[in-house]
Amino acid sequence: MKKARLSPWDIAWLVFAALYFLIPLYGTAEFSLETGVGKYGIDAYQHVIGDTSLQQIDFKDTFPLSLKLAVATVILSIVLMVPTVYWVHLKLPRVRQIMDFVATLPLVIPPITLAVGILQLFQAGSQQSRGPAQVLVADPSSWLLSGPQILALSYVILGLPFTYRSLDAGMRAIDLKTLTEAGQSMGASWFTVLWRVILPNLRFAILSSAFLTVTLVMGEYTMASIMLFNTFPTFMFVVTTGGDAHQGAALAIISLLLTWAALLGILLLGRKSGRRDTQIAGAR
Amino acid sequence: MAEVAEERVPALSGGMAVAPLRARSRSTRARTMLWLPMAPFFLYVVLFLVLPTIWLVVGAFQDTSGSFTTSNMRSLFQGGNLDAYKTSIELSLATALTGSVFGFFVAYAMVKDGAPRWIRALLSTFAGVAANFAGVPLAFAFVATLGTTGVVTVLLNNHGLHIYQSGFTVYSFGGLVLVYTYFQMPLMLLVISPALDGLRREWREAAVSLGASGQQFWRWVGLPILWPSLFGAAVLLFGSAFSAYATTVALVGSQINLVPIKIGSILSGDFAADPNQANALAVGMIVIIAAVMVVYAVLQRRSNRWFR
Repeated sequence: MKKARLSPWDIAWLVFAALYFLIPLYGTAEFSLETGVGKYGIDAYQHVIGDTSLQQIDFKDTFPLSLKLAVATVILSIVLMVPTVYWVHLKLPRVRQIMDFVATLPLVIPPITLAVGILQLFQAGSQQSRGPAQVLVADPSSWLLSGPQILALSYVILGLPFTYRSLDAGMRAIDLKTLTEAGQSMGASWFTVLWRVILPNLRFAILSSAFLTVTLVMGEYTMASIMLFNTFPTFMFVVTTGGDAHQGAALAIISLLLTWAALLGILLLGRKSGRRDTQIAGAR
Repeated sequence: MAEVAEERVPALSGGMAVAPLRARSRSTRARTMLWLPMAPFFLYVVLFLVLPTIWLVVGAFQDTSGSFTTSNMRSLFQGGNLDAYKTSIELSLATALTGSVFGFFVAYAMVKDGAPRWIRALLSTFAGVAANFAGVPLAFAFVATLGTTGVVTVLLNNHGLHIYQSGFTVYSFGGLVLVYTYFQMPLMLLVISPALDGLRREWREAAVSLGASGQQFWRWVGLPILWPSLFGAAVLLFGSAFSAYATTVALVGSQINLVPIKIGSILSGDFAADPNQANALAVGMIVIIAAVMVVYAVLQRRSNRWFR
């Protein structure tokens, strides 16, 4: 049987796709490196990272904040999801359908509407001031709204679809029951089993979902802007829409490199453990 | 399964008259212990996903003083709001179409046996990055390329092709389609290539050996099998375009009347409007996306019949 060969049309589509992918990237890179007509340098990068005089928000404050949010979101997601998915696989297999459904909900509810809902809910909560409601509802709500912690907590929800799917696939691939029973027969507690037996076997699933979560947090503009926090993406927005265009381009390239690094990380991990699936963080 | 087993154990072990009572209390405790580890997760989802959404819906049916009204929801079908939904749906349809068609042909070329392996590896990786590279930086990449002083615009100007004088602008509906396609096309590529892989070569060989032409194969075998996957992927693309906010607001600000942009400007107080109006607009979005996802789920079930 003869092999299906590439027709000229196929080649045309592939070339078209390559150009469509690369030209905007080339355009941005060129723009970020241009310092004058026909002159190139890294001035834009130095300025956008170092300059604190121009705007009320700057790289030095926003980038570390976004990194902290990313780390917090990753840790929260893992602490919340690993025991839950483990338990579902081990003891409540019928609940998996419900989990599948819940995990697709954040894809159905647009981030902008979720941001509105969360903001209004906790604002209403913080206004409760009668009796025990003060301690149980009003105080926690005010604390949540008092700082960027509300963003990290919301990002856990945004990341839920791929965190869950990644862990679900990871746990399906290993024999949880045998591993757990082996651990327990040697006297290990639930915590020890999870920490010393299950987690090491889930390295790939956890790391790949962590990389995607970092990508999500480092690029998430919608919720941060609706909730009025100055994160790296909102800084990028201020610079690209109102500030110096070359600096805006430099930030876009930095952001792209972050995405590349995270996805290459997943790819390399996948090659090591023989798994290959690319995931998508969802609309922005 | 596990739950049933745990309930039976005490019933079998107890033979005396008091046994049923003790068994019941023990099984209640077993049941609690079984479900307790799920509590943090469900509590979290209720607090940060379910309650906020319910709150949103409640607010959509309230006026500024908090009493019940349907005027917010009714206003969705009037004037600027209706236009916003129309434009949002048009934009989502247009980019779902461009993304699906473009993505399908590229994926088809990529998965063919004749295509070198490295092309597939490279394109899939690139698609993974591009599908995640949405938002502010993506909008700016297109400004730097096709904006008034963009690299390509300047290049074309130098060769006598003044695209901005002939009416083109990246800050328009057409521009948005161009930019959205940048994350829509790779999304299609990633979603559809497994389905194309599943279109087994033997089916094609069987059709050809029975004398079918390429066209006949697609008409009678290929498309009937693929259409749920194709349509399902397009529906997914529609949803992703419909929810997008950052890319749009970074590129066109509030020049184009889309639902997410409208919600954003009500909340940031750009014009004096009842905040409950934002709730109503958001509820409208959720209803549309939910309908879209139901269609997607149904099609997914159909396409799974062939790929097992």
